[in-house]
Amino acid sequence: MIEFHLDSRSGVSPYQQIVRQVRHALRLGLLREGDQLPTVKEVVERLAINPNTVLKAYKELEHAGLVAPRPGLGTFVTVTLSDGSLAAHRPLRQELLRWLVKARRAGLDDESIEALFQDTFRASLDQDIA
Amino acid sequence: MTAAIETAGLIKRYGRRIALSDCTLSIPAGKVVGLVGPNGAGKTTLLHLAIGLIAPSAGGITVLGRSPAERPDQLGRVGFVAQNTPLYAGMSVVDHLHFGAWINPRWDQTLAEQRIGQLGLNPRQKAGTLSGGQRAQLALTLAIAKRPELLILDEPVASLDPLARREFLQGLMAIVADHGVSVVLSSHLVADLERVCDYLVVLVASRVQVAGEIEELLAIHHRLSGPRRDSFRPPADWEVIEQSDVERQSTLVVRHKGPVLDPAWMVEELNLEELVLSYMGRAVGNGSTSLKLAGVQR
Repeated sequence: MIEFHLDSRSGVSPYQQIVRQVRHALRLGLLREGDQLPTVKEVVERLAINPNTVLKAYKELEHAGLVAPRPGLGTFVTVTLSDGSLAAHRPLRQELLRWLVKARRAGLDDESIEALFQDTFRASLDQDIA
Repeated sequence: MTAAIETAGLIKRYGRRIALSDCTLSIPAGKVVGLVGPNGAGKTTLLHLAIGLIAPSAGGITVLGRSPAERPDQLGRVGFVAQNTPLYAGMSVVDHLHFGAWINPRWDQTLAEQRIGQLGLNPRQKAGTLSGGQRAQLALTLAIAKRPELLILDEPVASLDPLARREFLQGLMAIVADHGVSVVLSSHLVADLERVCDYLVVLVASRVQVAGEIEELLAIHHRLSGPRRDSFRPPADWEVIEQSDVERQSTLVVRHKGPVLDPAWMVEELNLEELVLSYMGRAVGNGSTSLKLAGVQR
């Protein structure tokens, strides 16, 4: 089971944040097929948000084929996204951590690191297209 | 589906003072509606009209398809928590529940007791010795245990500290998730309502400035900024809510469905608070203009 959290300063709507957190958890192997998502009531009781926000997020995940409701029971994950690549996560994460240490030593602050990553990420996508 | 609240040309006057002017609204059922406006804007007047506590000076209002207080059973269909959550200070928590059971035909004692248990309230404690947060929670419990179709809350969190405020809204959202009840709650702070509401009504200076589904409102309002244009005429399908010009730059808040095509404008999305502030600014601006005119006439 995962727990959602909301960042009110992110500028991303609460419903989008919930969708993203489920997608991330699937990518990272924190959620796999058969796992249950928190019920709508659990989420609203924790986050003090409108139930429709949660329903909308779950609907979108359902349309994407990632979860399915079981009447009377709740919403369950229907896929495992990360199986093939999960083994590679650990070494990649370690390399990334080493890179982050280097970046901080070079004097980059959090925002610069994020900007550099985003920019490089986009550039690499452009190269792939070309 | 019947509207939760529908008004047409609704007006309330107190002597010569206008508390609510020409209010026309259609609030769908099944929503959590935020009624936002500064103190004295007419929020309480509108809510009191909706529960039939006061009668309109002109115009009409229906609540859940019926005239407010038209028949005794209409009172059971609407739960109301007044500002500052009035309770009987000398009566205990459990006495309040007994009283609720006695005056409400659809009273749900199991639900009431469950909620009191979850809140960890001592049933024997006198209401006068409860904290502000506990009082608000007890008042909400009484309102929901009568199993209303519509719950109306007047500034329910205004007097609560941030923690109690959050706990109250958590409880309220759990009730909405469980019972699907329609809710209208007022506040002078948008931030309190941003996450819990899906429909918004902005009331300033006795007039409804804007009303609609929050998601749609956010989609059709934009902030445009670009080089200053003194002779700028907005396209016919734009409604300019706010405009400010500094030496070289013009910034507009516009209401407009569809994309802004003119590349000279940088287009940004607004958040809910910015959107409300734009409308409030416009309303106050109009107010001062009419004051000036009144001054000239004299």
